[in-house]
Amino acid sequence: MAPSSSWSLRVAAGIGLTFILLPLAALLLRVDWPDLGTHLAAPVVGQSLRLSAVTTSATMVLVWLLGTPLAWQLARSDHRLTAWARALVTVPLVLPPVVGGVALLMAWGRRGVLGGPLEAWFGITVPFTTVAVVMAELFVALPFYVVAVEGSMRGLDRRYDQVAATLGAGPLRTFFTVVVPMVLPGIAAGSALAWARALGEFGATITFAGSFPGRTQTAPLGVYAALEQDPQAAIALSVVMLAVSVVVLGVLRTRWLR
Amino acid sequence: MRAARRAAALGAAALLLLGACAAGQDSSGAPAEALTLTVVAAASLTDVFEPIADGFEGDHPGVTVEMSFAASSTVVQQVNQGAGADVLALAGEGSLEPLADEHRHGEVTLFATNQLEIAVPVDNPGGVSGLDDLSDPGLTVVACAEQVPCGSAAAELFAQEGLTPQIASYEPDVRATLTKVELGEVDAGLVYRTDVAAAPDRVAGVPIPAERNVVNRYPALAVSDQELAQDFVDHLVSEAAQTILTDAGFGAAPAAS
Repeated sequence: MAPSSSWSLRVAAGIGLTFILLPLAALLLRVDWPDLGTHLAAPVVGQSLRLSAVTTSATMVLVWLLGTPLAWQLARSDHRLTAWARALVTVPLVLPPVVGGVALLMAWGRRGVLGGPLEAWFGITVPFTTVAVVMAELFVALPFYVVAVEGSMRGLDRRYDQVAATLGAGPLRTFFTVVVPMVLPGIAAGSALAWARALGEFGATITFAGSFPGRTQTAPLGVYAALEQDPQAAIALSVVMLAVSVVVLGVLRTRWLR
Repeated sequence: MRAARRAAALGAAALLLLGACAAGQDSSGAPAEALTLTVVAAASLTDVFEPIADGFEGDHPGVTVEMSFAASSTVVQQVNQGAGADVLALAGEGSLEPLADEHRHGEVTLFATNQLEIAVPVDNPGGVSGLDDLSDPGLTVVACAEQVPCGSAAAELFAQEGLTPQIASYEPDVRATLTKVELGEVDAGLVYRTDVAAAPDRVAGVPIPAERNVVNRYPALAVSDQELAQDFVDHLVSEAAQTILTDAGFGAAPAAS
């Protein structure tokens, strides 16, 4: 027996592991395997998976474009408000998603702080659109990415920036050619977390974007809608989401997250 | 071994805590024979079931009625999955179909009817004045999802009247639909007449003429062998409960089918 392990610790660890694996195994047991193809052919399955693929891809592009510079600013800024900004960025991590949805409505809804003028001046309404789905996903996923990437950026020795600067590289060039390549493992880890969070997003989406097949009904909303109408389609859809999540996390783990 | 002892102590503490919680739950009713009756009901019954349950508690001292509201389709699944409910009340007879036979502990009692109404924000930004306006492609309209009674009623209404509204979202239950209207996020939502009546200063109603409307009948039944469950179902058709229901805009209990 390893000196750091005792039977009580191992029992508790075993219970924890079982608690996580049991429902997943139960889901697989309930699948109607012989007719899985038929259930996967239900319109709700393809439609919602396609929408989830599109929206989470768009979300990830925005996460990279906005989250990487944000993480860098938080990691390197010495401004006295930076600590506050760092804390505020993590708020959506602990906020119940449905509250996030209400907050998004208050900001971007037809009567919202920004959404009101947007509709009055440009006739643009955000809620109930695919754009609203991406915004809900971005709201909940971005903090996961920023926290992970900022962590690895802060661990980066400042002398790298300084050497790059003495060699004549501007801040932007230093960022793209020195900083980003060196924190790639952090970016990969943050991306996996953010993507998984975006894929699973439910509360903010149904509150802010509603549920319409093909437009705002993502895979989790599809599971929820189908559960009461066509439970086998809901289970089939759940299994696909489980498989996709396991494959993506598995690939990330072997490539970057060792 | 020290770790083991500590784990055992932790386990004991957890058990104590659980025991305390359980005891806390039992002590909510005053007399020794305190009983809790659990009622799960359709979202549209949220406002009327509170006073109805108060009346039932008044008639049955020592009984506490606990209630939970969600979409009819959701509460039926909760009962099927063993939610431990005693009474089930739904907004449409169709929603009763998935209920497993093992949970049917009495006759189905139809205790109310309801009709659809168009809810619009108080200032009616879309200028909705009747059913036919809903087909206007410029309007943002929400309805309930088809698996819940208000959604199947809406679908029936659209089919019957040959309307093709541009639905922005299929909401999970009638109160979610009402909320979208209250927030002013949509121009119109199809809800029950009683939902509009329950939110008089937050939404305005555009009535649908009776001859074009769809009628939902509300069933209730006991889903446990608890004696009080049947009493509660019977209470729903009592004069006191019927007055509360009709005051809220529901139709009176229809004759048994």
